[in-house]
Amino acid sequence: MTQHPSQGPVEHGALPHYPPVEGVHPPLDSPGYGSTALRHPREPLQLLPQRLTEVTGPVLGEGRLGQLDHDLTRQHDGEPQGQRIIVAGRVLDVGGRPVPHTLVEIWQANAAGRYRHAADSWPAPLDPSFSGVGRAMTDAEGRYRFVTVRPGAYPWGNHTNAWRPAHIHFSLFGRAFTQRLVTQMYFPDDPLFSQDPIFNAVTDPAARARMVAAYDHRLTEEKWAIGFRFDLVLRGPSASVFEGEDDHDD
Amino acid sequence: MTTDAAGLPGLTPSQTVGPFLHLALRWEDGPFVVPEGTPGSFWLHGTVTDGAGAPCPDALVETWQADPDGRFDHPDDPRGAVASSVPGFRGFGRCDTDADGRYRILLVRPGAVPGEDGAMQAPHLDLSVFARGLLDRVVTRVYLPDEADANAADPVLQSVDPDRRGTLVARADDEGLRFDVRLQGDGETVFFVL
Repeated sequence: MTQHPSQGPVEHGALPHYPPVEGVHPPLDSPGYGSTALRHPREPLQLLPQRLTEVTGPVLGEGRLGQLDHDLTRQHDGEPQGQRIIVAGRVLDVGGRPVPHTLVEIWQANAAGRYRHAADSWPAPLDPSFSGVGRAMTDAEGRYRFVTVRPGAYPWGNHTNAWRPAHIHFSLFGRAFTQRLVTQMYFPDDPLFSQDPIFNAVTDPAARARMVAAYDHRLTEEKWAIGFRFDLVLRGPSASVFEGEDDHDD
Repeated sequence: MTTDAAGLPGLTPSQTVGPFLHLALRWEDGPFVVPEGTPGSFWLHGTVTDGAGAPCPDALVETWQADPDGRFDHPDDPRGAVASSVPGFRGFGRCDTDADGRYRILLVRPGAVPGEDGAMQAPHLDLSVFARGLLDRVVTRVYLPDEADANAADPVLQSVDPDRRGTLVARADDEGLRFDVRLQGDGETVFFVL
């Protein structure tokens, strides 16, 4: 064989396929959330068949992590204000398989509802002991764990007397470009859900519920921190790459 | 976690990155698909604008691409995961937009990548845009302007309305390649669903 490896044919059937899941993600045009008005495409989206570029993705190692990146309460000399919490769970795919060794990035407001960001003009106090940024890699079983403080709710200009429910932003890679996900984790029974157009842009109530963490007594540590469980579920490869000859993705 | 009748978990919905994405998603080495000084490297750069033509200063652009040999150092590349011939090649680029909506990412030309049934795809990058006001990322592809023959044979590019195909082809300029993203309206970029 003198053929250069990159010139060899790739059997389409040998690639994993990540079937789309309908009816879960919020529509890009969601009028209740004013900022979507000028930012959603008006032309219909075109189908991109899943080829090599789409079924691969960055493999990012532990090298991206600092030792205290997972513990937002220990990144400064002092301890941040607020209720100390543990947020932990698993990253899975829709087939129930764990997604191991993948980067999880989070960011959040402090206990008063203020982000450490020049563009956040809400006059709640900044906390010199809190940056609100965390990173972790999932382990071999897809587990991750953060220690942080419960973020506060904050007002925004979307509509009259608008308040964002307390939330933590999550960003995940998975192992394929198709699996990339950015979402927000909410807290159970938040009275602000009813008026939040970002949360409610997800129209399926069951799907919305999957963005809400659950109080977890086993994660809770005595005389130290309250535990919330939050599992994240990414798109997954079809059960068998040999399945569904008629299931063409183009 | 909630599961369906078959005991399988449901997909987690997407949400916007919001206006404060820079806190976590700005990486010092984000824009470097290859290390600075890599032979043949150039800047892919452009502006993200909204439906009023205004720049989006709170967007994040991410790119993913094959190396110059068309390879991915990834277990699902059926030709086998191999380290790139370009030292320090990461394949992945990330840059948040500045106050004028601009991003820039240092990369090398991707090679042609096999498609279906052994046919080759033109060299391309997959590009995602996240932003305040985008409840899910939008995905597009970037093609190279000096690959006319390969572009003319590329099944994805050819599937796009000829009037809009040009939105997927970068333009050469002094810095490298320019690729603007228009989220809405005149000259709207072609976006894909995966």
